[in-house]
Formats: sequence, C-alpha cells, structure tokens
Amino acid sequence: MSQSLGTPLFTRISLLLGFFFLYAPMVVLIAYSFNASERVNIWAGFSTRWYGELFRDEAMMAALWMSLKLAFATATGSIILGTLAALVLTRVRNFRGKLLFGGMVTAPLVMPEVITGLSLLLLFVGMGSAFGWPAERGFLTIWIAHVTFCMAFVTVVVSSRLRELDKSLEEAAMDLGASRLGTFFYITLPIIAPALVSGWLLAFTLSLDDLVIASFVAGPSSTTLPMIVFSSVRMGLSPQINALATLLILAVSLGAVLAYWLSLRDERTRRVEMQVLHEKR
Amino acid sequence: MSVGRRTFGWRAPGKHWLVVAAPYLWLLLFFAVPFAIVVKISLAESAIAQPPYTALYEYVNNVLTLRVSLANYLFLLSDSLYFDAYLSSLRIAATSTAICLLIGYPIAYGIARMQGPKQSLLLMLVVLPSWTSFLIRIYAWVGLLRNNGIINNVLLSLGVVDEPIRLLNTDVAVYIGIVYCYLPFLILPLYANLVKLDNRLLEAATDLGAGPVARFLHITLPLSLGGVIAGCMLVFIPVVGEFVIPELLGGSETLMIGKVLWGEFFNNRDWPVASAVATVMLIVLLIPIMLFHRYQFREMEAND
Repeated sequence: MSQSLGTPLFTRISLLLGFFFLYAPMVVLIAYSFNASERVNIWAGFSTRWYGELFRDEAMMAALWMSLKLAFATATGSIILGTLAALVLTRVRNFRGKLLFGGMVTAPLVMPEVITGLSLLLLFVGMGSAFGWPAERGFLTIWIAHVTFCMAFVTVVVSSRLRELDKSLEEAAMDLGASRLGTFFYITLPIIAPALVSGWLLAFTLSLDDLVIASFVAGPSSTTLPMIVFSSVRMGLSPQINALATLLILAVSLGAVLAYWLSLRDERTRRVEMQVLHEKR
Repeated sequence: MSVGRRTFGWRAPGKHWLVVAAPYLWLLLFFAVPFAIVVKISLAESAIAQPPYTALYEYVNNVLTLRVSLANYLFLLSDSLYFDAYLSSLRIAATSTAICLLIGYPIAYGIARMQGPKQSLLLMLVVLPSWTSFLIRIYAWVGLLRNNGIINNVLLSLGVVDEPIRLLNTDVAVYIGIVYCYLPFLILPLYANLVKLDNRLLEAATDLGAGPVARFLHITLPLSLGGVIAGCMLVFIPVVGEFVIPELLGGSETLMIGKVLWGEFFNNRDWPVASAVATVMLIVLLIPIMLFHRYQFREMEAND
C-alpha cells in the first residue's frame, strides 16, 4: 500500500536536481584547489602548491588558531547555557516571565546578524564607559556574542531530544529515591548525550563561520578567520582560499559522518528503550 | 498521574530558580538589554567623540537634562535611499523565500517519505553544506558566475551565447546566493513537519478516489502549513538584514538595508543613524518574528 504512495518520479527528479545544485559548486571549488595556475579559471595541471602557500600564510594561520579557540570556547559555553534553557522549556511548567524567556530563546535564531552585532557592540561600549568593563574588545566580547546566538541553536537541538525522552525513566529514578540532580546526571544526561554532541558541533561550526557579528564586536587586535577570508574574497579570487575551503569541507564531512554514525546509534538505543517499555507493560 | 508518585516537572517554587536564572539572566543582559540601547542611541545625535554620539541625559547641578532627538528618523525619511533599501530588501527576501519554498518543498517531501537509514543519510546531505563555511559557499559562486567563470565558459563553448553574459554583481547572483545558502534552513523544519504526516490519511484519500494532486492540496499541504511558515520565516527574516551576499555577489545597484547599516556604521561611523536603521528594521520584522516564535515555541515547549 505504502509502495503506491512512495516516491513519485517528480519527487525523485527534484531530489536529484536539488542535490546537484547543493554540491556542484563545492565540487568545482575542490577541483580548482589543485590547479597549478595562478589564474583561478584556467586549468594548468594538478598541483598542491596552494596548500603549501596556505600553511605558510602566517596571518591566515594566526586567524585560524584564534577562530578555533573561539569556536571551542563558544561551543562549550553554549552547550551549558543552551541545555539549561532547554530544561527550563521542557521541564519547568510555568513561571513568571516565561513568555519573555520563550521570545529570547527563539528570536536569536532568526535575528539578522547586523542587528545582533550592532546591539551587542553598543552594549559593550555602554558598559565600558559606565563600569569600565569590558575595557577593550577582543576575544572575550566575541565569545559573549557567539554564545548568545549559538545557545539558541543548542536549545532547539537539546529540547527536541528532551521532549522525546520518556519521562517515566526520570520518574522511576526519583521514585527510587534519587535526587533531581542525581536523576539528571545518571538518567537524563546519558540519554541526551548524542544531542549534546550534535549541539556542541553545531555551535562550533556556527562560531567558526561568523563574520558579521564578530566584525562588530571585535577589537583591532582580534582577527578571526572569516574576516581574513572576507577581505581576500573582496580583493578577488585566490587559490589559497580554494585550498582552505577544501580542507574545511573535508573536516566537516568527517564530522558529519561521525554525527551520522552517532545518530544511527542513538536511534538504535531509542528503539531498545521503547522495546523495554513495551515488554514491561 | 497515579497517587503517591512524584512528577518530574519542577512545580515547587524556589527549587528551580538556579536552572532558570542562568540562561534567563544571560539572555536578558546580552540579548534583550542591547535592543533597548540601540533604541536609546538612535535618539542621540552623532558627535565627534569617543563613543561617537551625544549623551541622552545629563545630570548637572541637580538638574536632569534630557535630550531626545528624532533627527535620525527624520533623516531616514528625508533621503529616499533608506526607504528604497527597505523596500528592495523586503522584495528580495520575499522572492528568494518563494523560490526556496518551490525548490525545498519537493525535497523535504521526498526525504520525509523515505524509510530507514536512507532517510537520515539524505537529511544529513541537505544539512552538510550549511556546516561548511557560509562565506566559502558564496565564494564558490563568485568563481562560477564570473565573466570567465565556468558557467560562462560552458555557455560560450555550447554556442548559446557569443560573448560572456554578466552574471556576477547582479541581482540574479544575489538570488542564487541566497537560495543556495538558505535552502537547508527551509528544508529542515518542513521535513520535521512532513515526517509526522500520518500515511493512513493519504491511503484513506486514495481509497476514496483522490488523485495525487487532490491528496496534496487537501491533506499534505494544509497539514504541513506550520512547517511551511517556520521554514519561510527562517529564510525571510535573516535575509532582510543580509549583508555578506549582496556585498560579494551583488552590484552597486543592489540595494539592501543590511549593506546600508554596515556602511553607516563602518564607513560613515554614524552610530546613531545605524541604530535608527536597525530600530526601523526590527519594527518591520516584528510581525514575522512573532509568527516564527509562535510555531517554534510550540515545537520546543513541553507539549503535555
């Protein structure tokens, strides 16, 4: 029966064209990163010289290191705050100010970056002149800005897992005398761990990629990788950026394979969970 | 709920305050308060000082002087550039959202109808490009769309055109860039909605003689409306304020408000006008943001 409602030809063709549209530009980008020619559009044989030049570019490497540190710190900060926010949304019934809280959790997902960037910069400048902190803008101010918009995405990922989680497991633990904190650390946390991993990775990539917000809140001494990429793209094409893009796509693909594997395992765990519950009933 | 069983929701007052307080205070300080400051500074005047705007109030000799100036807003009204930029941003955002929907709906539907590991694999393939850098994906299109880029070379060698057509630095390039970058954001919520669609409804409709078009119009589309709205808002709202795409792919005639705000802030260093531009943009986007919130919050909150 469901076979007759399966994938019609039209849907198959749109899937095929859709994936071609999504992936063809990246394939071209990767191919040209191995181009020997200085001119990006002319193929002059296979070469890895741009990878060498990329690693010798000190400004680029310094910015990459800065961005990686920032993304690591951002992902860690937003996983903590984002999980707390998800717990509030899914486990705390009603409290005063929940309406405002809900708005502040969902709005960062869609807020145009120029508005977020400008408003945070004005806050930092205002705080700086009122309390003397932050005295200068740099790593810390970018970190605060990134955690603020990344935690909203973590909240979406974690809260959807928390909602699916069978509450009777948590209730059983508490019936057996576990405290709320104990229940969280021994029952809830291990079950939502895969969602935490994907939330962490999502926040990491969002932070690594942000140009606009960081440009507003960064100080003169803090240059992130997207800022360097942006200014060199503005100048014109450069084969080094192709090499950088290829390495990034490679890293992301590896991460995605890992995430896919984790989600498959998570699904299997979920199925076992459901089975155990069914047998009990 | 059976008697004598503790429930897991934190109902008791005073127990949950720490869990609530940390994210609440963070968002209040770093998300809500900054907007108030933007509005405040949009009412100040530009000045050659550090920071470059006048104080809104002064407290000298026990006299509080308030200086509120609407000059920045009047300035936005006086120069048609701003009005045109808002209008053109809304037009570009609406058009590209519609294109994303036309391309994304069949993809989301196709993936949602699939079974097993193939489904999660395809879903991951949709999301994967958005995990790589946004900037680099736009950069890829700069290379493709140039006068001597691949698209023009293919068209030339096929004899479709005699000389390269200008693609880069046009509105067409901006549309391509937006659709390319934002498509996954539309597909994801739509997929999450469509995957919940009960197959039995479609089977019942088939048994009652409905064809594929009738099934789609009367069952699938109305039931997926929530996902359509969420996906469209997830594209439309950020695109209205988009800066990077019109900057790198658009031409000098591509007018978008995000670019105007960036220019006022970084090039003219006029913080009060930039704040006024941001405030008006927020007001324009208020209804779309509320629409998005209504759907997203229902998805995230406890549903029982």
